Amino acid sequence: MESKNNWKGWLYLAPVIILLSVFTFFPIINTFFVSFLKDYNYMTGKFSGFTLDNYASVLTPWGSLGGGAGSMFELVMKTALPNTLVLTIITVPCSIILSLVIAIALNSIKPLKKFFQTVFFMPYVTNAIAIGMVFSVIFSSDYGIINSILRSPNLTWITPSPITGATVAYPRALFAICFYIVWHSLPYKILIFLGGLQNIDKQYYEAAQIDSTGKIKTAWKITIPLLSPQILYMMITSFIGAFKEYNSVIGLFGAGGGSFDINTGPTSMQTMVFFIYDQVAKNKVQYASAASIFLFIIIMIFTVVQNKVSKKRVHY
Amino acid sequence: MKSNETFKYAADTSDMVLVLRGGNQSVETKQRIDKIVHIISLVIIYAFLTVMGVLIVFPFYWMIITSLKTGAEIKRLVPTFFPMTIRWANYGEALTRLDFVTLLRNTLLVGILSTIGTLVTTILAAFAFARLNFKGKDLVFTILLGTMMIPGEMMVISNYISVSRLGFTQMNNYVGNFAAMILPFMVSVFYIYLLRQNFKQIPNELYLAAKVDGKSDWSFLWQVMVPLAMPTLTTIFILKLMGAWNSYVWPNLIATGNKNVYLITNGLRETFSVADNVDDYGAQMAATVIVTVPLLLLFVFFRKYIMRGVGRAGIKG
Repeated sequence: MESKNNWKGWLYLAPVIILLSVFTFFPIINTFFVSFLKDYNYMTGKFSGFTLDNYASVLTPWGSLGGGAGSMFELVMKTALPNTLVLTIITVPCSIILSLVIAIALNSIKPLKKFFQTVFFMPYVTNAIAIGMVFSVIFSSDYGIINSILRSPNLTWITPSPITGATVAYPRALFAICFYIVWHSLPYKILIFLGGLQNIDKQYYEAAQIDSTGKIKTAWKITIPLLSPQILYMMITSFIGAFKEYNSVIGLFGAGGGSFDINTGPTSMQTMVFFIYDQVAKNKVQYASAASIFLFIIIMIFTVVQNKVSKKRVHY
Repeated sequence: MKSNETFKYAADTSDMVLVLRGGNQSVETKQRIDKIVHIISLVIIYAFLTVMGVLIVFPFYWMIITSLKTGAEIKRLVPTFFPMTIRWANYGEALTRLDFVTLLRNTLLVGILSTIGTLVTTILAAFAFARLNFKGKDLVFTILLGTMMIPGEMMVISNYISVSRLGFTQMNNYVGNFAAMILPFMVSVFYIYLLRQNFKQIPNELYLAAKVDGKSDWSFLWQVMVPLAMPTLTTIFILKLMGAWNSYVWPNLIATGNKNVYLITNGLRETFSVADNVDDYGAQMAATVIVTVPLLLLFVFFRKYIMRGVGRAGIKG
């Protein structure tokens, strides 16, 4: 029976292995390969040799495409990479802290708990582009509700005002998209944290109660340490997710990624992944490949460092 | 022996004295203060959750009421929180401008075929990993899990090259276009992992009993394991369908501007640009309602399945 099962197992796995070989394993190797090709024509597969120029053009001003105004290097270093880093640094801590507080609050109530849980999960079951469009209407400069509440109709958040012609200041666009990203990422984090909280042994809280420990202190000394595995998991996955931010940009600022006043920061909200897909659509796949390998390396480094740093602080 | 004695003394509470930390407070005041603190903290918690809940729900609310407003009302300096005159025509306009029937047809075609494909490949692979014994099983499983860490962008680039060479991105090659949108999404490592866990929980005795009855692996899988794993399969079905409804990047690359093969999200983004004039907001929000409502309906009916699947591990889209 055992030996008969040997080929049978592979037979059952065949569809998965074939599909993964074609659409996953081969692409991983191929993308790496393409990123080193010189004069690559992706339709014919022809190339004239191997080169580091694709990386040089994307990451340094010394590549064959140069580093001047409007160059690929400028787009990556002045727009795509800074945007990606700023979005990550702002949205990851904000969404983790907020979702943690909400999860702890949810865990401490009984009536209406199910109701609130359902409400807080709603942003998860939405279309990122559709809700992004809703946010761009909410933040609209001339008739948006945010400007009405602030009583300052001239603030431009998403696009230049069609009436006054005022340009978009980068910090405001950044605020709008961070608000949206945090809104959109809360449900998943709350769900995971709540799952973790429900697994914490009630004994710890009973002990704290006998010692008449305050609520804040209980949360800080008991809940957070016992939840540290979930927090670490959330930090790593959110960092990876934030580095790959794309749909939110398309939803909020449109297929072009926005256009902002040059004196206020990057001129659009294009991210690294935005840049990569943009190059693919423009058929410049070798540059897209180089950028994606670069992004992969950054993500790897971040994940490893985070794992190392948090090793001392996580209690399993 | 000693611990036994301690226990005996502890049980004898007749001459024990209750010492309160609060010094001069009596038990009653202490209890009263505790109760007041408890009520105040409950009020704060509920107030906080309500404020956050309103922030969460507000975009949905604003989307719906804006979708029913007239252009003139949207332009009012003081916004109205309920439409003064309800304009259903926004929806008619949105449906025509989106070419909704085509988008829905394409999305359902891609969504259902890729979901069925995923279910079949997932069931077969999960069965092999959970029940069958063969050389290299653990190694293959580890490699599969390892692919989950590779960013999808790397696959997209190379897959785009492959399908372009096959002519699948060419205009009017409908079979090619749809094949390119479906085939890469007929397999999911995460769902294989999810279903394998579920299959493993099914007791081995059932398998052995079926063997004794002379049942083949194949019929055991489809007649016993699949029905038992229905909840997990439903979760996969729903999440996968939602994934097709929300997919944007890949279909956008394949369609290369041909509106006839757009999926719903591409159609939505292409039809309404951000800089549209304000008169357009009504129709634009009607379109976003049309795209959002099916998802919310799925959530209402399959809440348990969705939350369980999502809670298991990280999957987006």
